[in-house]
Amino acid sequence: MIDTGSTAFIIICVTYVFLMTPGLAFFYGGLSQKKNVVNTMMMSFFIMGLASVLWILVGYSLSFSGDIGGFIGNLGWFGFSGVGTEPGPYSDVIPNSCFAIFQMMFAIITPALITGAVAGRMRFKAIFFFILFWLFVVYFPMAHMVWGGGFLAQLGSVDFAGGNVVHISSGVTGLVLAIMLGKRKAARKQTLIPHNIPYVVLGAALLWFGWFGFNGGSALAADGLAIHAIITTNTSAACAMLSWMLIDVIKDGKPTLVGACTGAVVGLVAITPGAGFVPVWASFIIGALVSPICYFAVSVLKNKFGYDDALDAFGCHGIGGIWGGIATGLFAQSSINPVAQWNGLFFGDYRLFLAQVISIVVTIALAIIGTFICAGIVKLITPLRVSEDDENVGLSDSEHGETAYSLFD
Amino acid sequence: MDEMTKIEIITRESKLEDLKNALNEIGINGMTVSHVLGYGAQKGKKHKYRGVDYSVDLLPKVKVEMVVCTIPVDTVVDTAISVLRTGEIGDGKIFVSPVSRTIKVRTGEEDKQALL
Repeated sequence: MIDTGSTAFIIICVTYVFLMTPGLAFFYGGLSQKKNVVNTMMMSFFIMGLASVLWILVGYSLSFSGDIGGFIGNLGWFGFSGVGTEPGPYSDVIPNSCFAIFQMMFAIITPALITGAVAGRMRFKAIFFFILFWLFVVYFPMAHMVWGGGFLAQLGSVDFAGGNVVHISSGVTGLVLAIMLGKRKAARKQTLIPHNIPYVVLGAALLWFGWFGFNGGSALAADGLAIHAIITTNTSAACAMLSWMLIDVIKDGKPTLVGACTGAVVGLVAITPGAGFVPVWASFIIGALVSPICYFAVSVLKNKFGYDDALDAFGCHGIGGIWGGIATGLFAQSSINPVAQWNGLFFGDYRLFLAQVISIVVTIALAIIGTFICAGIVKLITPLRVSEDDENVGLSDSEHGETAYSLFD
Repeated sequence: MDEMTKIEIITRESKLEDLKNALNEIGINGMTVSHVLGYGAQKGKKHKYRGVDYSVDLLPKVKVEMVVCTIPVDTVVDTAISVLRTGEIGDGKIFVSPVSRTIKVRTGEEDKQALL
């Protein structure tokens, strides 16, 4: 039976999660260069159009209707036909259409996360078609396998709000694309500093705000689990922000604002898969440890392996998501949420931990293979990378014919 | 002799207010200030974002320009130096050059009259 309180809560969560994508546009926009900011923000913003249209037409159906081989859904809900206001099948207390539109917001922000890795050198036409294909090849299957009754759910792995589906899939995709594209020209000259730190703060604030709906709403009801998830979410973000500031102080004597924002975001990433499974005390550990892990990834690994993950989509979302998935396997308790069939390794049972590791490996594999397939098809349509001249001029002008900040008004 | 002289001072952004006040006190009643980027002996500095060093070679500076006629150039230069000198690299430069003609747009007055 429909519960109006829960339905109202999820409808509000829909708008929270929606706002994360423009928030991400500001987060990435501030981190990018002045000459690229229009393109960087556009790469997040246009997906609110593209992914919305695809989701209503086929995306929700392919992710959540029926099952083909545990891998993907069918076209039973093509064009939202049959997606009505009656409850179920994914929740007994909210309309199917409410669940569908909540899920749509995840399908919007996930591909937007990828774009941080490719900023400053990918043709807009190429990223447009890449994301169009990627939703079919990677996202809809991932959503189905984890949340739509596919084989990762059957395996017993859990992902409360999208550690695998959202963060690992997008982060790993970003890494592969960044390697395929090659470094930004200026990356060799080390002049690529964030051009607008207040935008970074605005973006991080909107992301943190939206994450309450992202994780809280993933309880799919206005209940104790929802507020539990909101508490673990905020605690993890808070601890991660503090631990990143501490690393900054230890390494360089000064806490940076970009570092505080980055810490908060990776704290949110890390708690995402476990928000509704782990006890509150575990969220302190998950948050406090994600910052050193991600800091290592963006300051040491990136340099050592020489890939140009421009705005650290992989370093923050891929690495933070992997840690979150593992941490869920360590600290989850079925007494908090019976969706977890077993307790985590910390409580003496290895089965959930193993399932988490398998689901992470499968996600990474699908993201890598899917990215090669999608990028391969895109290359038949257009080169992935802009010309060297266009890169020098900046992608705001070369891809969109716009300038973010006019010199004279 | 109504020689006109242009004085350009390039220095730290943080010194602009002090410089402006000091120049006002010796009677400078007009100037043009621009934000500029550049480097000299200071050769930029390091910024760190997300644990990665970025060397920023062009540093933000201010350029203060004025044209003087009745006020002695040495007075302006000495005043500027007294305000700007810290002894550290990055204090800036002062350029002095002759100006051949000045026109006040509003009135059409020229040279010394235009500068009063």
